[in-house]
Amino acid sequence: MSLFLIAALPFLGAVFPALLIRAGRNACSWSAGLTTALALVGVLLHAPAVMRGEVIQARADWLPGLGLNANFFMDGLGMLFAILILGIGLLIIIYARNYLSREDPMGNFYAYLLLFQGAMVGIVLSDNILLLVIFWELTSLSSFLLIGYWRHLPEGRQGARMALAVTGAGGLALIGGVLLLGHIAGSYDLTVILQQKDVVQESPLYLTALILILLGCFTKSAQFPFHFWLPHAMAAPTPVSAYLHSATMVKAGLFLMARLWPVLAGTPEWFYIVATAGLITMVLGAVIALFKDDLKALLAFSTVSHLGLITMLLGFGTTAAATAAVFHIINHATFKAALFMTAGIVDHEAHTRDIKRLGGLRKLMPVTFLLATLAALSMAGIPPLNGFLSKEMMLEEASHTYWLDNHWLIPVMVTIGALFSAAYSFRYVVHTFLGPVRDDYPHRPHDPGAGMWLSPAILVALVVAIGLFPQAIAGPLVHTVADAVTGQQLDHHKLKLWHGVTPALYMSAIAVIGGAILLAMHRPMDRAWIAAPRPEAKAIFDRLVGALTALCRGVTDRLHDGALGRYAAIFLAVMLVLGGYAYATGTTIGATRSGMPVTLLPLIGWICLIGSTICVVWFHRNRLLTLVLIGVVGLVVSLSFNYFSAPDLALTQLSVEVVTIILMLLALNFMPKTTPAESSGGRKLRDAVLSVGGGLGVGGLIYALLRGDSAFPSISAFHLENSYKGGGGDNVVNVILVDFRGFDTFGEIIVLGIAAVVIYAITEAVMQTGVRAKLLNRVPDQPVAGDAHPMMMVVVTRVMMPVALMVAAYIFFRGHNQPGGGFIAGLIAAIAIIMQYMASGYGWATERQRYPYHAIIGSGVLVAAATGMGAWLNDLPFLTSAFGYIYPPGLEKFEWATAALFDLGVFLAVVGAVLLALDSLSRYAWKPHTDTPYPMDINPARDEALAEEGRKA
Amino acid sequence: MIDYALYFAFACFGSALLMNLWKIVTAHGVGDRVLALDTMVVNSIAILVLMGIFQGTEVFFEATMIIAMLGFVSTVAFARFMLRGNIIE
Repeated sequence: MSLFLIAALPFLGAVFPALLIRAGRNACSWSAGLTTALALVGVLLHAPAVMRGEVIQARADWLPGLGLNANFFMDGLGMLFAILILGIGLLIIIYARNYLSREDPMGNFYAYLLLFQGAMVGIVLSDNILLLVIFWELTSLSSFLLIGYWRHLPEGRQGARMALAVTGAGGLALIGGVLLLGHIAGSYDLTVILQQKDVVQESPLYLTALILILLGCFTKSAQFPFHFWLPHAMAAPTPVSAYLHSATMVKAGLFLMARLWPVLAGTPEWFYIVATAGLITMVLGAVIALFKDDLKALLAFSTVSHLGLITMLLGFGTTAAATAAVFHIINHATFKAALFMTAGIVDHEAHTRDIKRLGGLRKLMPVTFLLATLAALSMAGIPPLNGFLSKEMMLEEASHTYWLDNHWLIPVMVTIGALFSAAYSFRYVVHTFLGPVRDDYPHRPHDPGAGMWLSPAILVALVVAIGLFPQAIAGPLVHTVADAVTGQQLDHHKLKLWHGVTPALYMSAIAVIGGAILLAMHRPMDRAWIAAPRPEAKAIFDRLVGALTALCRGVTDRLHDGALGRYAAIFLAVMLVLGGYAYATGTTIGATRSGMPVTLLPLIGWICLIGSTICVVWFHRNRLLTLVLIGVVGLVVSLSFNYFSAPDLALTQLSVEVVTIILMLLALNFMPKTTPAESSGGRKLRDAVLSVGGGLGVGGLIYALLRGDSAFPSISAFHLENSYKGGGGDNVVNVILVDFRGFDTFGEIIVLGIAAVVIYAITEAVMQTGVRAKLLNRVPDQPVAGDAHPMMMVVVTRVMMPVALMVAAYIFFRGHNQPGGGFIAGLIAAIAIIMQYMASGYGWATERQRYPYHAIIGSGVLVAAATGMGAWLNDLPFLTSAFGYIYPPGLEKFEWATAALFDLGVFLAVVGAVLLALDSLSRYAWKPHTDTPYPMDINPARDEALAEEGRKA
Repeated sequence: MIDYALYFAFACFGSALLMNLWKIVTAHGVGDRVLALDTMVVNSIAILVLMGIFQGTEVFFEATMIIAMLGFVSTVAFARFMLRGNIIE
């Protein structure tokens, strides 16, 4: 099975549980389980080849320009993790089917779980390191959904948020580290990077990259000082905890450290950062775990401790330590997932996980007792279980490692860690299951059905089997994976239960005996622990986040206080400073062209433009007058477009002017007709300086560009040359719109449509509220004169309508070769229809509107898209246009071009968008039932007809 | 000969534009100003047509057509606004 399919299967499968939940909970869980099983089979099919030392690859270019490719590979390490993720995932799915109660939405659960599973599989199979980071972020997001699954619980939500904040921040650091690493190695493919040990370690950027990558790993794997999020994530349902914290999420950090081990490990920096953090985490987690009363919290801190152990082993940087780390990853995944599931069973049956309220469950739940005991003893490191083996290997490695030339520090610390580890493992069994049967459980417990204990039983069977026959069952796998981690062909010792009497054995014995003694002294120590002051991680985290939020809010509020004038001032000031800097430091273009002579007409136009602009500023408090003056500006601008040979722009500007005025007047109806005087003198001065400066700057820039040649050759020549050849049109502007930049236009009509629909949606929303009543009872702020639908206007607009539509059609069809096109034609058609609204009223016009404007917008976009896709039929890229000629008999030759169809899409989208927006805005003032059924208020013909009828009667 | 006629016409319509602007700025009431703007639109049609004759091109024709056809819509909208407050009832 292709690696692409293996990585994609969980994502594809996530759809099924979400849909099949309607068919029942069994169908839902079966679909999730089968998808996972299929992916697992896919991985196992590759297993023989991987065990032979081959590397399975699947490659596809995604964004090669960025170095981002969908490259996957699977070696021993990837395969081990894929098997852990999918295998334990399968067991979790079975377990969760029985664990989740009727009230829990199971479809969501499995969908989230499979998303998470897919992201994890993606991490471990990615070859491209950028792809890996993407999957890494996906695990953060999907685990957020899983941890916060019980969204009615505040702990769940807070825990999810904390996990997301910590792992997300780490992910951010990781991105930086990975980019640096790829930069140093010259490739973003792991298979290449892993060969570059010397280059990477000699680079001056090595330490920065290392720290950033480790930040990502430590936050994900809950290493000190980022260990605090993991216990809070225990608010999740137990299957989630078991999955995230035994086999997957927190192992992602370890995976990445193991993956990059060949290039990053072996330096003093690596040793002191990684091994020290691991050592502290291991001891700290073990000590805290002993004093946790919540079964899941105990297990959570024990997970923290064991992750620290593995991190420390990776940090040692020796091949033997790496082998031990690999072995412990396998062992920890088996016994920890089983322990979480037994904790879940106890919680499920007894309705509490508080150790102090439990005890004596041995007789009530014998099966659970057996499973929990075996798994816990493995965690404590008791022979002949698998936890003992890897712990021995760890102690052996620790016993001859120096920390700053200190021979004792590491051996003593790990023995203390192991001692506490044994103590809390014993406590888990003794305080929960042993002792007398109590009669004050919240719920009388008994063993659950096989569906719930089957999954942990399978894992416990593995725990025992690996412990008894390590070389036969786990040996080849461990060796293959260790080879993959270290990137070398190692000379392996066989995994054995009995190593002889070594320092490790002494340390192990001290730990187990000490652990038993600690447990016996637990009661007084617990009291002392509770009395002792301890830093509360959650409080610190909350304070930190609170301070950060306050800081961000302060900065944001200061910059974004809602005053438009202020934004404009900040923007202009920054632009002026940047422009001034560029002018002072850069070189300017010399004037290479002479100016045009100033003749009479341009001079008059200039006077009109400048005069009306100054008047806009002068009269800006009178809003209606301002609109009139803006009309002058628009007119002169379109005249100058004509004068400077830009007829397309002139036509567009003219039609846009009309629509703008209508829009503004519709809005002004509800607004005060004058702007209040608010600005102080100082602010006016500031604004005047900034705006004059900005205006002069832009003017100067344009002047310089007009007088000189730009630094790069203009692309106009290309357009002129290829307009007819490539696009089949003489009008370059239109060919640019529908062909050269057709993709932009396509995006723009979609945006235009969205804007119109949003206006419609806001209007709908506002009209549902109490505002509607206020609008209906609104008294106009000015006296109302004349009739609503004057006869003269109705007649004129009715006569104009077919003319205007004919002109629109004319402008549309000539557009490809002469000034015009779909956009201008759309505006003209829209104005022709809006005239009817103005003349005969909203009610009359909408009654005659047969096609909803949304549909017109949509059909426009679809027509444009279909035209673009038509190019695919000829194996050409999207939106490649074609054209040809037809010769109708008796007529001149006639050009057809697919661009015209595309332009039709533009036309429809523009008509729909303009009309939908204006239609929505005019609804605010519309008062239904007040308008007459007639198109005009006074109609002599109607009066005469009535009189005629009266006479007849 | 036509050139001189055109120059004369340009001068007339150009000064008409300036006078329109003067009225827009100084007239009493918005009504007069809207009318002045409307006149300005009409004058600009004339100037575009004259430019077409002067340069011997038809390229300005569509612009004049659209101004003639749609220019009145803004004026009507202003008029409705002043009379009724609401331009689409």
